[in-house]
Amino acid sequence: MSWLKKFLPSQIRTEGGAKRKSVPEGLWAKCPGCNSVLYRAELERNLDVCPKCDHHMRISARRRLEAFLDEEPRVEIGDDLHPVDALRFRDSKKYKDRLSQAQKNTGESDALVAMMGQVNTIPLVAVAFEFKFMGGSMGSVVGERFVRAVDACLENELPLVCFSASGGARMQEALFSLMQMAKTSAALARMSKRGLPFVSVMTDPTMGGVSASLAMLGDVNIGEPGALIGFAGPRVIEQTVRETLPEGFQRSEFLLEHGALDLIVDRRQMREKIASVLAMFTGQPTPVPVMALETNSH
Amino acid sequence: MNLNFLEFEQPIAELEAKIEELRYVGDDNEVNLSEEIDKLRQKSRSLTEQIFSNLNAWQVSQLARHPQRPYTQDYVERLFTEFEELHGDRAYADDAAIIGGVGRLEGRPVMVIGHQKGRDTTEKVRRNFGMPRPEGYRKALRLMEMAERFKMPVLTLIDTPGAYPGVGAEERGQSEAIARNLFVMSRLKTPIICTVIGEGGSGGALAVGVGDRVMMLEYSTYSVISPEGCASILWKSAERASDAAEALGVTSERLKQLGLIDQVIGEPLGGAHREINTMAARLRTALVESLDVLTSVPVDKLLEQRYQRLMGFGNYEVKG
Repeated sequence: MSWLKKFLPSQIRTEGGAKRKSVPEGLWAKCPGCNSVLYRAELERNLDVCPKCDHHMRISARRRLEAFLDEEPRVEIGDDLHPVDALRFRDSKKYKDRLSQAQKNTGESDALVAMMGQVNTIPLVAVAFEFKFMGGSMGSVVGERFVRAVDACLENELPLVCFSASGGARMQEALFSLMQMAKTSAALARMSKRGLPFVSVMTDPTMGGVSASLAMLGDVNIGEPGALIGFAGPRVIEQTVRETLPEGFQRSEFLLEHGALDLIVDRRQMREKIASVLAMFTGQPTPVPVMALETNSH
Repeated sequence: MNLNFLEFEQPIAELEAKIEELRYVGDDNEVNLSEEIDKLRQKSRSLTEQIFSNLNAWQVSQLARHPQRPYTQDYVERLFTEFEELHGDRAYADDAAIIGGVGRLEGRPVMVIGHQKGRDTTEKVRRNFGMPRPEGYRKALRLMEMAERFKMPVLTLIDTPGAYPGVGAEERGQSEAIARNLFVMSRLKTPIICTVIGEGGSGGALAVGVGDRVMMLEYSTYSVISPEGCASILWKSAERASDAAEALGVTSERLKQLGLIDQVIGEPLGGAHREINTMAARLRTALVESLDVLTSVPVDKLLEQRYQRLMGFGNYEVKG
């Protein structure tokens, strides 16, 4: 793994992504798509896609990356970055308290997890949004971690894959959060100029400032089936135009039809499809499938 | 209530009304009231100074949206010669919520792009209240890329409540249009100067707001979300907009302190709408000064500085 060792000098990274177990809340889960009662262990083996109706449930950033990347090697990027409440923002709650609550609930320091690794032996950097961390909102740490992920790509000539799941900008960081849109987009422009591919996977939901910046800038834009993707939220639009929205509005299938996505990919095929496309973009031979052992780390 | 004045300006409005009344009486009669009128004028001025020296963020937000606030076209008329408006995104439509074109600023060819709000009801509707659809952003993009080709600096004037949240806008890729502009502006090989002249409404503003230098008129605002929107989400009540405006720190003064903008351009007493020509002259001075600096920087260095400026935005802690 020489490309990886090159990137190891700093103390900011920890080997392996599996810091915690994802603890099942109960033995059974109900599918929001078809209301079937599902055995949780089986659901997890199926990457939280309903075995009955293929409904894609939301999954955590860390599980996402564990399921996506080959088991070895994995190096986390930018986990030394922690959010601060520079503006002392206070609404009905203090931002500081919201942060500690979110950190406690998710076990993450902020709403983006970034790792360097491989998919079917194709080396790459992958980042994923943690929707349960304040709605996956993009604040300074998310922006900076994303940029560091891009920097890792630039340094090591690697492609980038991003799984977004976000309500948009983080209001509690006010204009700093808006500027993360420009910051992340500028970093992607630099990658693009260097000829390094970026695959953007939009998962449920990808809205607002995240969709209107990094998420829509993929060389290849992928949607997970049924994901809500858009700029303005459906409720805001309904209030503005005062009419009910068409069936399936702002869902992946709608975006594919309107030309915003290249393809819709089932979560269970994500590894193979992305590895295959990236291998072509980077002039490598067809990747040999490596079994994803996402449950091993638990 | 005088509608030309905002709520917090009503004491000034009352004085102004009294002055008008006296002038009318004075014209009619032999009595000389000029001394009295002068006294009232002085009082009105010091009252205005007093009120404006201590505006809160919500009052500034109202000024930024003042119905008489100068819009992009008001400045274009006063600042540029030979201005030629250019239309359309070449793909779908011409969005009247964004105007753009070529013109000369003190003889120097520039590309001007700005949001445009409407003055009367018909125009307001035609301009969609300054809320662009994707075709507006794509027109702006086309003009910026053209400016790069012909080595013209880009000057943007920002004044929008936000990008339009509509069905058609979503169908035609509002997100992509905004994102693409951020992407391209971050490495456009020509100087870009952005000035917020009224409302800097979130992504809809930023989509023409990435540049080498970002300035704000004193009573304009720039925010990730409108105070009302923020209040209704975080306080569950739009009534708390004033608190939200304060917390978000939407004013030029605050954003300058935070290092998010480079320069505040002072407004005439009572706001830009009271003396549009004075405001335009100040804007001209600021633009020319910035242009002089930026056009002397080699393009590679300019792009590196622009990149580093963007990378510098954010607050975080680095821990072991």
